[in-house]
Amino acid sequence: MLANYGYQDGSGEYFITIDTEKCNGCGDCVETCPAKVFVVVDEDPHDPMREGPVAMVALDKKKKIKYECNPCKPSVHRPPLPCVQACKAGAVLHSW
Amino acid sequence: MAEEKKPEFWRWTETNWLSSQIDWKKAKYITVGIDVGSVSTQAVVMADGEVLAYGNMRTGSDSPNSARKGLHFALEKTDMPESRIDYCVGTGYGRVNVPVADRCITEIACHARGANFIYGPQVRTVLDVGGQDIKAIQCDDKGKVTNFLMNDKCAAGTGRGMEVFADLLGVPIVEVGERSYKVKQEPPAVSNTCVVYAKSEATGLLRIGWSTEEVLAAYCRAMAERIYSLLERMGVTPEFAVTGGMAKNRGVIGRLMPMIGLEPAKTTWDTQIAGGVGAALFGYALCQRGKGRGRK
Repeated sequence: MLANYGYQDGSGEYFITIDTEKCNGCGDCVETCPAKVFVVVDEDPHDPMREGPVAMVALDKKKKIKYECNPCKPSVHRPPLPCVQACKAGAVLHSW
Repeated sequence: MAEEKKPEFWRWTETNWLSSQIDWKKAKYITVGIDVGSVSTQAVVMADGEVLAYGNMRTGSDSPNSARKGLHFALEKTDMPESRIDYCVGTGYGRVNVPVADRCITEIACHARGANFIYGPQVRTVLDVGGQDIKAIQCDDKGKVTNFLMNDKCAAGTGRGMEVFADLLGVPIVEVGERSYKVKQEPPAVSNTCVVYAKSEATGLLRIGWSTEEVLAAYCRAMAERIYSLLERMGVTPEFAVTGGMAKNRGVIGRLMPMIGLEPAKTTWDTQIAGGVGAALFGYALCQRGKGRGRK
């Protein structure tokens, strides 16, 4: 499942996508993210039939990821995002 | 002096329904799904995966109470005691506040599963326009979510926005769809970025002489455009189904469908109960896995 966390408002679209088929719940993204955007939960709330942990965007961060992620996203010379790099499974994607 | 009561144009009728064909006494598992939304609450009672009864009412200001009231409302026409319930799943915006629930599941999973039930397994894209959010969901033939997109940060394009307009224009919410088509020429859409801006824009339009119907049409179009921008991001694969209260608003859905170029799936069920149906179905699946309460 492609789980898109984030929102669209008057200024644009801000979504972090977690591919739950690829995610194994290892928690590397949780440790890497300087803004603590990710959490790992034991039960996927979007897929009650899934067994095993999965990463998701923390509830209190979901509606402000534009600002939470901003320090990692300079407008010029943007380095690779730490969360995207840390995920060995390639499950994390950013829309902006 | 008695204060005159202001008519409430946004108010819709609360309903409860009971199947005449199902005998709950013969059922192995009775499961309940309670969908406590930001605006409405639905409780669906299922007997072995078939809808036995449901109740659909407004949430009000107290989630735990509305969950309980919703359940009682659904059980009202049955003679079933509450203790007969094998599993209860809470879903929706207020799901953590459902005291009777054994488990909470997000409305995304429940709406996909519910749409799979009420529209049939050929549904691949589900649009749920709720009270405070819009959800676009893609699912497989089992109703399992494969991709979802939700916008719950902003009220533009949601049911609440429509209620604001119904109230502003003094049009009962159930008539909005029909009235919005009573225009000679389709007016351009109002702003779809923000309900507050759209409302002030509409007030301006009324002042320069637009009719109520024209303003309704302009807002319905704005909502359709807003919803379309979310759907466009995810892509739409047939069949396309709409759940939630907005599915009953022809003014918005009728304008949305030509943008997508598809016909929406049809159902005889109340579209608002999809979340509750999905929750009850998950309850049934969990019971079959041996996770039920067990008969006392």
